[in-house]
Amino acid sequence: MIMKKLEEKIVKALMIFASVTILMVLLYILYIIISKGLPSLTWDMVSKNPSGGFYLGKEGGILNAILGSLMLIAGSVAISMCISLPIVLYINFIRKKDSRFSNVVRFSFDILFGIPSIVYGAFGFMIMIYFGLQASLLGGIIAVSLLIIPIMTRSIDEVAGSVTQDMIEAPKILGATKFETVKVIVRQISPGITTAILLSVGRGIGDAATVLFTAGYTDSIPVSPMQPAATLPLAIFFQLSSPIEEVQNRAYAAALILTIIILLLSFSTRYFGRKMSKSKL
Amino acid sequence: MMGLSLFSIAVLLLIGLVLFLYSLPTLRDNNTFHLFFTSSWKPFKGEFGFGAFIYSTLYVTFIAIVMAFPPALLCALYMSEYATSTVKRVFSPVIDLLSGIPPVIYGVWGTLTIVPVISEKLAPHFVDFSTGYSVLAGGVVLAIMILPLIVSILIEVFTAIPKGIREASLSLGATKWQTVKKVILKKSLTGIVATVVLAVSRAFGETIAVLMVCGNFTDIPQSVFDACYPLPALIANNYGEMMSIPGYESALMFAAFLLFIIIVIFNAGSRLVLYRIKKNSQS
Repeated sequence: MIMKKLEEKIVKALMIFASVTILMVLLYILYIIISKGLPSLTWDMVSKNPSGGFYLGKEGGILNAILGSLMLIAGSVAISMCISLPIVLYINFIRKKDSRFSNVVRFSFDILFGIPSIVYGAFGFMIMIYFGLQASLLGGIIAVSLLIIPIMTRSIDEVAGSVTQDMIEAPKILGATKFETVKVIVRQISPGITTAILLSVGRGIGDAATVLFTAGYTDSIPVSPMQPAATLPLAIFFQLSSPIEEVQNRAYAAALILTIIILLLSFSTRYFGRKMSKSKL
Repeated sequence: MMGLSLFSIAVLLLIGLVLFLYSLPTLRDNNTFHLFFTSSWKPFKGEFGFGAFIYSTLYVTFIAIVMAFPPALLCALYMSEYATSTVKRVFSPVIDLLSGIPPVIYGVWGTLTIVPVISEKLAPHFVDFSTGYSVLAGGVVLAIMILPLIVSILIEVFTAIPKGIREASLSLGATKWQTVKKVILKKSLTGIVATVVLAVSRAFGETIAVLMVCGNFTDIPQSVFDACYPLPALIANNYGEMMSIPGYESALMFAAFLLFIIIVIFNAGSRLVLYRIKKNSQS
């Protein structure tokens, strides 16, 4: 009897210890990134392009990488939204939610979700060579779109699954056309779409392996989609491999910038998620 | 719209097909046994032995799973069986954030913390010299990266077990831990296995973070303190040169194809099991 109670206590203590350790690891990672990055984080870092001798520790910043990443992710989100949203509407509202076809589509997206970004990068690279494309913003957008379409589809699909039959029928009864019904549904699931976008931005903006092959790297801001584009993860990766200390410090500052972006995205995802649960969807 | 829905399946097949076609020359020119089990990697001579890379991938993944699974299991059990809703609400952002941190940040963190600890504190007790960029560093970083995935899927698996079964066990006089041990864990065994398989497939494909801390040295690592060179790192490091050496491109695409096929099979298997668990809990 005592043994039983003792075992219970020990195991519970172990569980709490494991959970607290996980929390500590997260805090430790954030602490290291912030304490290393903060001293090198200057206004120049976020407002200037790399100037001559930047990679030897001279003046300049990583505005090219910040803007490059933003352009890349904006393009990718736009493309993947045009593909994901119709798919979700089709498998939830035109086909039956749990029809065989819908489930097969969901299953294939689950598998696509598991495919590592390096494979998307290599695949994108091969396709680009086939079409004679150079490493460019467009190439990066295509590869990152492939990466985030599964994430977007899955997370919109989750919200769409909770739309009740009444909500679909009510506009129909009021005499709405199919298109108008779809509009009502899209408005209903719009907080879910926002969450999906934020999630995809978070995944896409931080991924290095896809853009390594496809987007290239440059010191200027791309003005056309056919030009190469610098990205934040690669800016961190390349600067960290430099032997010069100032350049390495800039890599830490760039890492801090990326972490701040990810934190902001994560908090807004929570905020919109809460809003959605309030509206009982 | 139906065409678009078939897009997912088409993309999956297309990726497999393209990678396979590009890796055909390697498969044709090399003995399959040599490809998998020898480690002489001399692109200029056309010798492509993937042995060291495959071994490194398996080694790093093994360490990551062994390190990540026990705390992830304990944490998931606590969150699904013991924790109050307040604790759950406070803890869920922790898991979200851990899974949201980009690989390159894990890489930076690994080079700043794990690598020096291994080379200065840990390795001197066991081997003469280690740079710290090693199998162990790769394993530790990877363990932290796959941990949130394991925790969140395990919580799903545990919550899929009907409440009635727990109550039946408790009302027979079992303590909470006895219920967990003899009922919950037993019931969810297939789900746990599926979760681990899914985590393994995630670990196989992780590129940048592992590349940054594992040393990238083409030799079979003798101990956990030696540098290693997993498959994804091989692809990422050499894409620049691969067009200039004949046969190299095909060999790297073979590496990508290998990753793709293994990950698709692992993913498909574990997802099917997890689907069934979810479906059973709903009906």
